[in-house]
Amino acid sequence: MTDERSAPGAGGVLVVGGGISGLTAALEAAEVGQDVFIVERNPYLGGRVAQLNKYFPKLCPPSCGLEINFKRIKNNRRIRVYPMTEVKQVSGSAGSYQVTIETAPRFVNNNCTGCNACVEACPEDRSNTFNFGLDTTKAIYKPHDHAFPMKYVIDADACNKCGKCVEVCKYDAIEMDMAPKSMTLEVSSIVWATGWNPYDFNKLENLKPESSKAIISNMMMERLAAPGGPTGGKILRPGDNKEPESFAFIQCAGSRDENHLEYCSYICCMASLKQITYVREQYPEAKVTVFYIDLRTPGKYENFRDRFKDDGNVHFVKGKVADIVANDDGGVTVIAENAVTGDKVRETVDLAVLATGMEPAAKSAGAVHGLTMDDNGFIISDAGRGMIAAGCAKKAADVVTSAQNSTAAALQAIQASRR
Amino acid sequence: MDKNIRAYICTGCGIGEALDIEALSEVVSGEMSTECKTHEALCSAAGRAMIDGDINEGVNTVVIGACSPRVMQDEFNFGDDKISVRANLRENVVWCAGEDADAEYVQEQAADYMRMACTQADKTELPEAFQLESINKRILVMGGGIAGLTAALEAADAGYEVEIVEKSDALGGKAVNWRKQLPTRAPWNDLEEPSIGDLIKQVESHSNIVVKTGTEVARISGEPGEYLATFKASGTKSEWDAPAKVGVDEQDLIDKGEMEDPNAGLQHYMAANEAGEKFGSVVLATGWIPADVSGYEHLGHGKIANVVTNAQFEAMASKGKITRPSDGKPVESVAFIQSPGGEEDDKDFPYCNSVTSLVALKQAMFVREDNPEAKAYVLYQHMRTPGQMELFYKTAQNDDGIFLTKATVTGVEDKGDGSLMVAARNTLLNEDLLLDVDMVVLAAGMVPTTHDEATINLAYRQGPAFLDLELFDGYADSNFICFPYETRRTGVYACGGVRKATTMEETVDDATGAALKAIQCIESVDRGVAVHPRSGDKTYPEFFFQRCTQCKRCTEECPFGALDDDEKGTPKPNYTRCRRCGTCMGACPERIIGFKDYNVDMIGSMIKAIEVPDDDDDKLRILALVCENDAYPALDMAAMRRHKLNNLVRFISVRCLGSVNMVWIKDALSSGMDGVVLLGCKFGDDYQCHFVKGSELADRRMENIGETLGSLGLEPERVAVRQVAITDYDTIPEVINEFVEEIIELGPNPFKGF
Repeated sequence: MTDERSAPGAGGVLVVGGGISGLTAALEAAEVGQDVFIVERNPYLGGRVAQLNKYFPKLCPPSCGLEINFKRIKNNRRIRVYPMTEVKQVSGSAGSYQVTIETAPRFVNNNCTGCNACVEACPEDRSNTFNFGLDTTKAIYKPHDHAFPMKYVIDADACNKCGKCVEVCKYDAIEMDMAPKSMTLEVSSIVWATGWNPYDFNKLENLKPESSKAIISNMMMERLAAPGGPTGGKILRPGDNKEPESFAFIQCAGSRDENHLEYCSYICCMASLKQITYVREQYPEAKVTVFYIDLRTPGKYENFRDRFKDDGNVHFVKGKVADIVANDDGGVTVIAENAVTGDKVRETVDLAVLATGMEPAAKSAGAVHGLTMDDNGFIISDAGRGMIAAGCAKKAADVVTSAQNSTAAALQAIQASRR
Repeated sequence: MDKNIRAYICTGCGIGEALDIEALSEVVSGEMSTECKTHEALCSAAGRAMIDGDINEGVNTVVIGACSPRVMQDEFNFGDDKISVRANLRENVVWCAGEDADAEYVQEQAADYMRMACTQADKTELPEAFQLESINKRILVMGGGIAGLTAALEAADAGYEVEIVEKSDALGGKAVNWRKQLPTRAPWNDLEEPSIGDLIKQVESHSNIVVKTGTEVARISGEPGEYLATFKASGTKSEWDAPAKVGVDEQDLIDKGEMEDPNAGLQHYMAANEAGEKFGSVVLATGWIPADVSGYEHLGHGKIANVVTNAQFEAMASKGKITRPSDGKPVESVAFIQSPGGEEDDKDFPYCNSVTSLVALKQAMFVREDNPEAKAYVLYQHMRTPGQMELFYKTAQNDDGIFLTKATVTGVEDKGDGSLMVAARNTLLNEDLLLDVDMVVLAAGMVPTTHDEATINLAYRQGPAFLDLELFDGYADSNFICFPYETRRTGVYACGGVRKATTMEETVDDATGAALKAIQCIESVDRGVAVHPRSGDKTYPEFFFQRCTQCKRCTEECPFGALDDDEKGTPKPNYTRCRRCGTCMGACPERIIGFKDYNVDMIGSMIKAIEVPDDDDDKLRILALVCENDAYPALDMAAMRRHKLNNLVRFISVRCLGSVNMVWIKDALSSGMDGVVLLGCKFGDDYQCHFVKGSELADRRMENIGETLGSLGLEPERVAVRQVAITDYDTIPEVINEFVEEIIELGPNPFKGF
């Protein structure tokens, strides 16, 4: 890897987004011999998958593949990485784009050794966005255990500018007066791998996530189960740290719904089944109810569903959830209608997990950069113009599919640079 | 290279406070005879300037005693012609020492890591890339359906020459029989006119593409960059057909006449066909065949004329108005059955994926197109229209003539007049259904061509087919979620229906990705570097064949089939098939395989450099050989979290546990160390080893070495393999402690001091 210290050359490929799709597109192109720039909004690479505890259906940790990808980046001098950076403006046309990018101040420079002395000195806390606010970090913090680059960062909104971190840092790594930095890249094509955000579950009025801490999103569940998460991997109910004895998984929380996301978010059925394995590992007797419209576990994923066939404490109910009511004991009651029997179901559980879907992150910003988007905010590739969508910026997809279409995006980017 | 080695110790990040740096420097300058400097922050500009200054004066090999080799890689990279070796004093010693650390033990740890690093610097060499004498950059695409045509076109558009080999007499594959195709783009809500004709035209008119129809691959020999393919007319036999794998035991039986030679009449797998064509890499896009569903007797396929599969229905629909097979009556009602399992099983038909749900919706629309009064019933257990395809589902839902319900289909009966009775339970109407229809369409799956035939037909010693197909129900799929193109056959990239039942839209992306990988493999070979996962690695295994005993362990155990046999029976490496895991090096009992910067002597010497006190029963020494991709980062992260790691243990990172040679265990135990633990990835069907078999092979080898140790009077428990994931940073200290406790229980190595 070469970083911002070296001057970029012209005619390369710009990859916007450093999640699994952006990393894949960038590496696959660079390993053919292409010059590649990666810009990533976060202070670390890895995107959404860095927040996942395990992948389905293998139940392997995403950081294993990320470690390989980070190593590929470190060993490849054709790749330049710009964290905390966003695209501000795109001009030019196919074969020759001028892209203005802006890097937000990290307030920590490359001298940072990751020694953690600053964190010990910092008096201010901030909500830990990596863990969806389930815990806090100091105002100066390491993004997470497996962060790459392994550099600390200051959250300007939380920092009181007391200067204690500056005093304890032996390496002159902290620059409180760091300013945003702009530069213009000359590239022949752009891969948009801007990924997705979890659908804002506060918009789901009938599921009332604000009414109880026992209602969490599936991404929060990933963090609760992850060893690096807020509870060290122990699934506990937020708020009172109760060990839940019963769980409800509520599918299509926002997806397949005209009022929210009209499409299917592709991953949620398998994600919930995967999360049941997290529950099973920690709570062998816990009662689990899954409310679904269809179980979208096609093909080889059916084998994964089989593992719950003989589990008498896992119940699947076909039916959409109409309401969730908070109870005094900290739990909730889920109310649904069984679509096959017509019966009304009331299930009282300790923790309800909403399988919230994915919303394309470029939804609002994409049009600004001259991208063609569909009605739902997914980017429509125009390979001829060298404007290429990859991963979940293109369509709702799982990791395998994202890696496939990001590899495809790498070839389309190369074609554009060779035209 | 004549080495001028200098060592540097960083005193930053707590190292200076935790260690007696002067004493540590003396170990380096005295015992290791290497000049040693210290700096308060080696990674800083000043620290690196100090090293740069020495390099200007002739130092070409530096030993960095500082942080983990996983960080500050750029800072301590002094150019391709310099060697940089890291001693992980920060994460492996200081940060994991614990608050109550005994300074003497910690100091000994640090000294050992400096000894090992100096030894490594002495033994390692700069890599020299492997170059094929001549390289062919053409790409062979097997299969002329959507996947193959797309892969060919995309590779050709990037400037590569491509040859498509198609078994049938025409290009196009299954798609030429489609009336319409599923949506491939926004707004995702309507059928599209087939684009296959246009795709075929583009391919046929592309100056970079050669098409051979009516042709099959008899065999492919060679390696990436210089594959040699022999073609034959479809359906014929050839002396160049790919030979089946014959193991050593089987060959014995054949030689004794006790077994028929499966390869009788065929050319030897190592024979080179002069008439063959050369290629650089291969895209496998041989597609799928419709599944046979006649085994589901209650559904009547094969017995009742008007019960057809989705593939048969599509063929009928593409020819014109759909009529009943039994009597030619235009259909007025059709039931589409998605799940064959009755009350017992709500799965779709095998080999389905979500394509068959989508195809049923498409074909229901055909029924309505032909006759606006006709009814289509789609009976499903789970409607599989993932992602954007939900919008297509909605189009079907909005058609009053398409009746969609969850249903458990219990039987199909022929009513005698050509019409059929379909019985279903558990429907969304909360009642049982009896449907009177003209036809029933079963959602049969898509069986990959690799299910029943080798297909890729490699003339490899390890056999002609992809390995591990049974893990993927016969699909030529990857085991890796994040690396979907990685299989055990370098240079061959599968896409489309041969890898998974996919829609056209998915197939196009998959095929384009496969084309990229085929190109990337060729370009990597051209640069003399490895492909994934050690992409860019310039080293390759070198063999000292004079001492080879032809035991064939390397050939058998290579996860990627990189080794064949030469005419004398000596292993013949195919370097561009190699992924540089070092499994061959671990397997070799003669220790004649090694890399420039990673070999048996180097690691063995590092182990021997560890100081083993022979007069102190408390100071046991445990060696841990650690997978560099998962367990080693887990150790780093444990240290970052300031977990205490047992200070009797010395960690050495290895490329893969598969590369661990038995002699390292013997080196450790014979130098008086008390135990050896191997920390590697999970193995089994859901293996996480990126070299596929490394940790599993290591486990097997350790079982064998246990017997050897027993015969020497050493307890087999002194050597163990533990499976560790990269996220096990909170539990890895305990995994190690438990092993150390077991060794303490056993007592010191009785050979200590000898």
